[in-house]
Amino acid sequence: MKTPPLLNARRLVFWSAYLALLVLLPLAVHKGYWLSLLCQIGINTVFALSFNMLLGQTGLLSFGHAVYYGLGAFVTMHALRAINASSLHFPITLVPLVGGAAGLLFGVAFGYVTTKRAGTTFAMISLGIGEMVAASSLMFPSFFGGEGGVSSNRVVGGKGLFGITYGPQIQMYYLIAGWAFLSILAMYALTQTPLGRIANAVRDNPERAEFVGYNPRRVRFLMMMLAGFFAGIAGGLTALNYEIVTAESLSAYTSGLVIMMAFVGGIGVFFGPILGAALITVLQIVVAGATAAWPVYFGLIFLLVVLYAPGGIAGILLEQMKLWRSGELRRLWPSYLLALVPAVILVGAVIFLVEMSYALVNSSQTGSSEVRVLGFGLDAGRALTWIAGAVALAIGVALLRAAAKRIAGDRYVPPLPQGRT
Amino acid sequence: MEFALISLLNGVTYGLLLFMLSSGLTLIFSMMSVLNFAHASFYMLGAYFAYQISGAASFWAALLLAPLLVGVLGALVERFGIRKAHRFGHVAELLFTFGLSFLAIEVVQLVWGKAAVDYRVPSALQGTLFTLYSTSYPIYKAFMIAVSVFMLAGLYSFLTYTRIGLIIQAALSRPDMVQALGHDVPRIFTLVFAGGTALAGLAGVIGGNALVTEPGMADAVGPIVFVVVVVGGLGSLTGAFVASLLIGILQTFMVGMNYSFVDFAREIGLDIHSAPLLARLSLTQFAPVMPYLLMVAILIFRPRGLMGARET
Repeated sequence: MKTPPLLNARRLVFWSAYLALLVLLPLAVHKGYWLSLLCQIGINTVFALSFNMLLGQTGLLSFGHAVYYGLGAFVTMHALRAINASSLHFPITLVPLVGGAAGLLFGVAFGYVTTKRAGTTFAMISLGIGEMVAASSLMFPSFFGGEGGVSSNRVVGGKGLFGITYGPQIQMYYLIAGWAFLSILAMYALTQTPLGRIANAVRDNPERAEFVGYNPRRVRFLMMMLAGFFAGIAGGLTALNYEIVTAESLSAYTSGLVIMMAFVGGIGVFFGPILGAALITVLQIVVAGATAAWPVYFGLIFLLVVLYAPGGIAGILLEQMKLWRSGELRRLWPSYLLALVPAVILVGAVIFLVEMSYALVNSSQTGSSEVRVLGFGLDAGRALTWIAGAVALAIGVALLRAAAKRIAGDRYVPPLPQGRT
Repeated sequence: MEFALISLLNGVTYGLLLFMLSSGLTLIFSMMSVLNFAHASFYMLGAYFAYQISGAASFWAALLLAPLLVGVLGALVERFGIRKAHRFGHVAELLFTFGLSFLAIEVVQLVWGKAAVDYRVPSALQGTLFTLYSTSYPIYKAFMIAVSVFMLAGLYSFLTYTRIGLIIQAALSRPDMVQALGHDVPRIFTLVFAGGTALAGLAGVIGGNALVTEPGMADAVGPIVFVVVVVGGLGSLTGAFVASLLIGILQTFMVGMNYSFVDFAREIGLDIHSAPLLARLSLTQFAPVMPYLLMVAILIFRPRGLMGARET
């Protein structure tokens, strides 16, 4: 089989559009709030994609990916301190590479141990390594800075080239966007290389890959090292962006967050984690600002994706694209619209019930157990409101099931292929 | 001598508690190849249920009811969650239990608050059993050992001498064959999952008041239980037992020894004035990372674990 050339018209258009989007986005937002949100999305995108090099491409589920991100950030921060103290001369623009180098180094050290095994065992070992690094952050306060973390200043005296000091957030945004674009491009290019392909083979069937003559352990090790490198770059960007790094950046929480970003976005497609990183980062800031119950919503979204849409958002999008191309979507959209009604009822009922629980529990502190719904004040302390919520939930579930059946009935089922499978 | 004996007793108590958790995890893993990430969450729920029940009724009611409740919850999770995720493979199962563990902490915080709850040792079990040299050994720790040993003997005889135990053992290695012989293997899975989580719940009941009952307790013990299973060898109950005791005893000893490498060098006559940070850290400071270092060492020198039969 002849492999298609790396550079074709479609790819060129797609990547140019992506680059243009990255360049133009800050022009659309004016408030500093949204600009820092964009910076965070850029960092998380690189982090989530580096995670997916393991899970999506090599089949390695890591519960400790924050180790490379966090250590990259810490090493970058120490480099930045050295630059500030003038004991090291290094342009700030290239500082994220220090994080990358650190991530790579730790990827080599830890990857040697973790990639000895695959599958579930790898997941457990990566968790152990993650816990080990998190626990040792308390043992070495001179490096990890203890509770307060390590901080420094990214503006290093004097005027830089073209007056770029990385002081204003907009300059920082373009630094992040530049590094993110390069990293994303590099990670995409990697999926097209022989190593990327063999990693897929190792993910799908390590035994066969071994028969063909590749050592699956070495492939896993190489991918682990590279994933560590890109996670380190993301960590370096975080260090520059926030000018402070705490032990939270290498905690189990951060490792969990990157799993969520990649999985909700979709691990089966390259661009899935990009969507996931953007969505989860926005949700994290918007939802966490609106309600105290945000961890519950995050957990529910994650479980919902695992149980009902294991392809993530990217998987759903691709499925609809397929339907669009075959013209089936034109027949299906009335059913989709119809399904929207119970979906809204269901989501509303769940949010209502969760918010009521929180209002009820916190009523001793806030002095009121009232939940405001569309301008109405409802008392979570009364049984009637709970019954109403439960009934809405039941109606939503029942109707959504009926709607799902309708959609499934409307869909064109192709005849089973004859002869070859 | 006194230190050694007391540490040994404490280490065995902790090790047996770890084994109650790791045995359930190993059983579930070797039967269904499902790594239950939420296993420690069931341990946490056991402690909280016990706190609630012992407040309403008595500790003894909690000792009986809380593990049963946790087991029922486990069965529901298996039946309506894991079985659904199973269609999408092991990664989906693992991620499902991962999401569940995240949600469990949040729900516990919602219901019982973020601070530790006052779950105490019952008054009948308070007091000193015996005094060794000058250190007193509490009755409750002996009670913990007794419950663990009783439970494990029960588990062993259940798996070895009862008909259903034999079917479970058969389903561990040859689920297809057991299915072909007319047994309802999915139901056995649910049963094993319920049993494993009930064991975790029991560990929570007797461990929650000896240690502390708080929302962080699952995260504190969860990774160590995974380490135990890896060190012992995946799917080996005996291995899990040895590794539990090993890690329990080692960690208890290390917590009690405020020695660093430099101190040791002084003891044998070497006088060191400046030493790297690593050499100045005491064993106590090393205790939290010891299980993970042990795991790394085992993986390098004996990848299958202490008693593991297979590599993956």
